[in-house]
Amino acid sequence: MEPILEVKNLTKNFGGLCAVSNVSMTINQGELIGLIGPNGAGKTTLFNLLTGVYEPSSGLIELNEDGQKIQLGGLKPYKITSYGISRTFQNIRLFKAMTVLENVKVAMHKNVRYGTIAAILRLPSYYSEEKWVEEKACELLKEVGLYSKRNEMATNLPYGEQRRLEIARALAIHPKILFLDEPAAGMNPQETADLTKLIHHIREKYKLTVILIEHDMSLVMNICERIYVLDYGKMIANGSPEEIKNNEFVIKAYLGEEI
Amino acid sequence: MIQFLQQMINGLSLGSIYALIALGYTMVYGIIKLINFAHGDIYMLGAFTAFYATTFFHLNFFVALIIAMLLCGVLGVLIERIAYKPLRHATRITALITAMGVSYVLEYTMQYFAGSDVKTFPTDLLENTAFSLGGVRITMMQIYIFVITIILMVLLTYIVNKTKMGRAMRAVSVDEDAAKLMGINVDTTISFTFFLGSCLAGVAGVLVGVYYNSINPLMGMTPGLKAFIAAVFGGIGNIPGAMIGGLFIGIAETLVTAYGSSLYKDAIVYVILILVLILKPDGLLGKNVKEKV
Amino acid sequence: MRKEYLSKENIAWLLLAVGAFVLCSLLMNLGIINSYYQITLYNICINIILAVSLNLVIGICGQFSLGHAGFMCIGAYAAGIITKMMPNFGGFMIGILVGFAISALVALIVSVPTLRLRGDYLAIATLGFAEIIRILVQNMKITNGAAGLNGIPQLTSWPLLMIGVVISIMIVCNFTHSAPGRACISIREDEIASEAMGINTTKYKVIAFVIGALLASLAGALYACNFYVIKPNQFTFNKSIDILVMVVFGGMGSMTSSVIAAIVIGIINMVLANFSEIRMIIYGLALVAIMIFKPTGLLGQRELSFKKLFASRKGDK
Repeated sequence: MEPILEVKNLTKNFGGLCAVSNVSMTINQGELIGLIGPNGAGKTTLFNLLTGVYEPSSGLIELNEDGQKIQLGGLKPYKITSYGISRTFQNIRLFKAMTVLENVKVAMHKNVRYGTIAAILRLPSYYSEEKWVEEKACELLKEVGLYSKRNEMATNLPYGEQRRLEIARALAIHPKILFLDEPAAGMNPQETADLTKLIHHIREKYKLTVILIEHDMSLVMNICERIYVLDYGKMIANGSPEEIKNNEFVIKAYLGEEI
Repeated sequence: MIQFLQQMINGLSLGSIYALIALGYTMVYGIIKLINFAHGDIYMLGAFTAFYATTFFHLNFFVALIIAMLLCGVLGVLIERIAYKPLRHATRITALITAMGVSYVLEYTMQYFAGSDVKTFPTDLLENTAFSLGGVRITMMQIYIFVITIILMVLLTYIVNKTKMGRAMRAVSVDEDAAKLMGINVDTTISFTFFLGSCLAGVAGVLVGVYYNSINPLMGMTPGLKAFIAAVFGGIGNIPGAMIGGLFIGIAETLVTAYGSSLYKDAIVYVILILVLILKPDGLLGKNVKEKV
Repeated sequence: MRKEYLSKENIAWLLLAVGAFVLCSLLMNLGIINSYYQITLYNICINIILAVSLNLVIGICGQFSLGHAGFMCIGAYAAGIITKMMPNFGGFMIGILVGFAISALVALIVSVPTLRLRGDYLAIATLGFAEIIRILVQNMKITNGAAGLNGIPQLTSWPLLMIGVVISIMIVCNFTHSAPGRACISIREDEIASEAMGINTTKYKVIAFVIGALLASLAGALYACNFYVIKPNQFTFNKSIDILVMVVFGGMGSMTSSVIAAIVIGIINMVLANFSEIRMIIYGLALVAIMIFKPTGLLGQRELSFKKLFASRKGDK
């Protein structure tokens, strides 16, 4: 296995607060990785750094693409997305007043091959490309089981389905690496089980590397091959679920000093 | 040099007036994130109140000043209760459009009743002798403007920093929900903020009336915008920032009029605005707030 | 590909446009629309172009611009100055094109720095730019300063105006229902998510802004060559608010409602022409009331769509 993403000594300061400090990670092609840690440990900040929402204070983020190293640190989010990195959001950020289908279509943007002029003049490329987009988007919605709701407004979907739509949308950009920020938050056990299946399924089908933040330990221990643990912005452990369960630093971080 | 100092004095008196209006903008923006477009019209109403109080009721200047101040304060609270309160959690754009609507209503209602012609403010309200300090002419009027502005600013700083209400205002501006949980009456606090801001605008209106002698129902539009720009310049939501911003805009405008062309005195203010927004959108003293993802 | 162009709904739209054109021409020839009503009709057409183009920027892309009058001003002066030198159709077209060129350039200069700003800050910045444009026009020789331009040849004809309206609506609607248009809507809905989905948000904001500016400039040119006289104080930020009122009344994001709002407000303005103060008070009260009770506008985001209409009729059978 070769690393697809390498994070080296990544640090982010907000004023005096060090939200992520000197974090290094190596993520291999095709792995399913869990990122855990107590509330406020800096997990989402780390995701935001990796996807370009924040600019790192220092450190490197290197993407390996066909043997070439690409520096992602400080790039704009849409640039990073164009390298095949996609994400979902902890506090669901769907395009609320657009339909389910349109939400997916938006994410296919970079693969649409006609410009503003062709759109305004309705050149033939517009029609052929739009047909392709429609078909592809419907296919993806079938994948996550939302096809029957394709014409509903995203905001009218129940919570669990909104999370699924976020995943469908993230898949629509054809990612190589998928970041899932608390995909199971607020879900009941049945929904979580369905979600687990879905994650397995898409990972196989699209040959994805998946990194997920999750508080549901049974989910994390169940599906992740390797787990990173953050506490107070520092990476305190990394290893297989078994190793993490028995790691004394991790137990301390979660349960406090006295055990 | 003497001419420059003279222009500085003139600029400071104009700037004091902008600063008084800017304070209202900045306080309201600080607490409910609304650009209160109607604020400039409150200032216009202050001028008209004083005009009618002194011409029809022949009241003394200071009595008229107090009446205008209180009336504007109450009106500010009324506007907040009727137009802005139902929109407190709406988008900023919705609130901004509402504020423009309120501004139209105030301007044209006034124009309907008072007529669109320019009214001449009585000139004998304040003693208007001039002093000469090493060649620089300072009028009694300018001294009044400085003194009144300074008193009000000191008073405002005291209220915001030392009183219980001021503490509530600061708390609500940081986090409305948390303030509510701490037992602060958010509605009263917001109304009080509007009251203070509108009082200051009312005073500014009266001062402009006596300083320039002419008032009209649409007089609030341009100074209102400029005062807002002053607030942005100083860092919107920041009280000392609004004071500095107001003075700066006043001086810049006066200097452009004196050394450049009065035709461009409005343009310079917009240029300042755009430069600030591009170079330092949080203003001189503002804090950088980022959206949480 | 031909069948897509000749679809049922496109033919329906064509019939609607031709119908409106023929009906108004007929009424004008019969004298039912007399020269007084004709001014209102022409004004409505110009306002439709302005409202639809501003709606693209505000309602579709979510960028709150208060500078629309500035671009209208550029278009009006470009056409006015050039047609005074070349008082014929060719001059008019050159004037429109020159207006386009200047507007596009100014829109780019304005948008690149300001479109980074959040909602209300953007509003104030665009307002500032539009005021600067007006002050410059007011102080330049070629524009004849505050007195404005007189005796601009009347080159705006009814067919030309109607073509302008139809083209403007087509440009905006075709843009909206396409990938770039979807990108703009996603920016309105959630800029951070939009960028995470691979959309260069700055680029699409600029595109929407420039299209809006070009159409406003077209409206300005049609305006200048219809009313003989233009003055800088016709393009203050009150004009921008007038246009905004139409967009907000109808419903932000819906082109159908912008068109209807422009027509209704045009008629209201005609009826209240002699009571301009009352008109402004009513405007103000209506803005406040709509924002409080129906912030989505009178028609919300509903669009007249022949496609849906035909689809639902099929469904009934």
